[in-house]
Amino acid sequence: MVDSVISANAVQVSDLVKRYPKARTNAVDGLSFAVVRGEIFGLLGPNGAGKSTTIGVLTTRVRPTAGKALIAGVDVVAAPRTVRSLLGVVPQRNNLDRSLSVRQNLLFHAAYHGVPKAVRTARADALLAQFSLTERANDKPEYFSGGQNQRMMIARALMHDPTVLFLDEPTTGLDPAARLFVWDRVRELRDAGVTVVLTTHDMDEAATLADRVGIVDSGRLLALDSPAALVRSLAGGATLQVTVEAVGEHGATRLLARLDGLPGVRRCEQVDTAGMIRTLRLHLAGDAGALVARVVAAIADVGSRLIGVQIRESSLEDVFIELTGRGLR
Amino acid sequence: MTATTTPGRVGRAAEVAQGPSWALTVRSFGSLLRRDVVVTGKDLIAFAAQVLLQPVFFLFVFGKLLTGLGYTSSSYPSLLFPGLVALTATVTAIQATAFPLVAEFGWTKEIEDRLLAPLPLWAVAVEKLLFASLRAMVASAVMFPIGIGVLGSVPYRAAGLGLLIGIGLLGSLVGACIGMTIGTFVPPTKISMAFSLIFTPLLFTGATQYPWPSLTHLRWFQVVTAANPITYVSEGMRAALVPGIPHIPGWVCVLALIGSLVLFGVVGLVGFRRRAID
Repeated sequence: MVDSVISANAVQVSDLVKRYPKARTNAVDGLSFAVVRGEIFGLLGPNGAGKSTTIGVLTTRVRPTAGKALIAGVDVVAAPRTVRSLLGVVPQRNNLDRSLSVRQNLLFHAAYHGVPKAVRTARADALLAQFSLTERANDKPEYFSGGQNQRMMIARALMHDPTVLFLDEPTTGLDPAARLFVWDRVRELRDAGVTVVLTTHDMDEAATLADRVGIVDSGRLLALDSPAALVRSLAGGATLQVTVEAVGEHGATRLLARLDGLPGVRRCEQVDTAGMIRTLRLHLAGDAGALVARVVAAIADVGSRLIGVQIRESSLEDVFIELTGRGLR
Repeated sequence: MTATTTPGRVGRAAEVAQGPSWALTVRSFGSLLRRDVVVTGKDLIAFAAQVLLQPVFFLFVFGKLLTGLGYTSSSYPSLLFPGLVALTATVTAIQATAFPLVAEFGWTKEIEDRLLAPLPLWAVAVEKLLFASLRAMVASAVMFPIGIGVLGSVPYRAAGLGLLIGIGLLGSLVGACIGMTIGTFVPPTKISMAFSLIFTPLLFTGATQYPWPSLTHLRWFQVVTAANPITYVSEGMRAALVPGIPHIPGWVCVLALIGSLVLFGVVGLVGFRRRAID
């Protein structure tokens, strides 16, 4: 078994379908993807996209309706107990044992997983230090902040030395400092060889943390690649946004046509209008700086006045809008 | 890159899971039980208050006060005491599974860490049942010294010890299974209503305060009480402790409790599985 475990992908999902009883649509609707060993893999999508259900299937808590899911080559339905010892789970909601201290939470988790006493004691000390919890080790988690709870849950999930770590919305509701702390620890884990699968509805998180991102919506996978490649291939280059004054309906149409015709402009659209003030967005194929002068000239040509310019590099949000035709939140 | 970068990690993860799977199950099961014992041990006063307050008051008011005032006969305490031991065993066990399960599946989610441990789901459920029964056995055993304290003496018979322990164990297990059934089938928002609807009738139809055979003149109530498993715990306790009082034969009680155990055990485990896996 160990040979197949070593050669297999960390996670392999094929044609996964989950329909909850009484639901009218599939929560997960034919999802397929693979997570390579040692990478940080992000599932990005809006709330209700099926991310948590997918994690639920992979962590043996949700029974799939159809399809197959493997963790390190082991089938989650056929061998859930083996799978459970291979994976660590950090859930979206706090599920710490409130009757136990921080240290006991870690020690008992390891004991449930059959980790020998000497190993679990040493590992608990190391993880408490790594997650800055040593000082609170003997406190109960009752009055902890969201950040402390999250650190504790990650530390707990690592107590049995899992091959794959699942993080469901790991930084939702955390303050910026706590968020950066979690990101740093997640990167350390990846560098130590742990495969990390995380879900998020936060583009920044997906873009900065994940090596590869799968974009999901309505239970389907829309795209999968590195964040940079997704932005390059789907959202194109940067956008240039201009706000102009004193332009009527006719002038606006003419201006849009002029801007659309400029070399390097893929598409031009009006995004906002307030009386005589209009905001236009140009989606560019290349660099924005080179085009600014020509855009300014075109605006002057139609007798309008430029009152604002904004250059924006494309992001995963643009990719998402491109794929679904709507915003992420 | 897949094979070369991480074999060390796989080796370590596999090392945790090595050995026969039943051995790991036994170790995990033991750790789950140890956790519950540790948590209860830290809060013995709460445990004592939760399980003993009610029977102590029952004993004092009905066994001591009313008897002393002459409203009940002097033999009533020896009839009541076995019933209260039975009630303590069953109700303690019901509470020890129903309340935690409602909370853990409903809002604390504490059970999730156990459900992700490498042992079968039914083993997690059985640990809950076993620990609840353990609590119930301890609580009902403590009733004896308390009974002596309140009443001066309690009925006891060495010849009935085997039946006493057997009935106590069966009653505790049945109670734990009833608690698991309630805790997994009743939605969290309805639990306080369910407790009033289920508990009060259970409390008064369990032949705790009266011997079942004496109900022949009130046939409908006798039929109702016969449907309550606690009746067989109370009557079994009487068979063990005060055989002079008319009671349902011990072997009938044992059979009825084994039947209840199978029924509520199956329903409780089905309920547990339903809540544990979507």
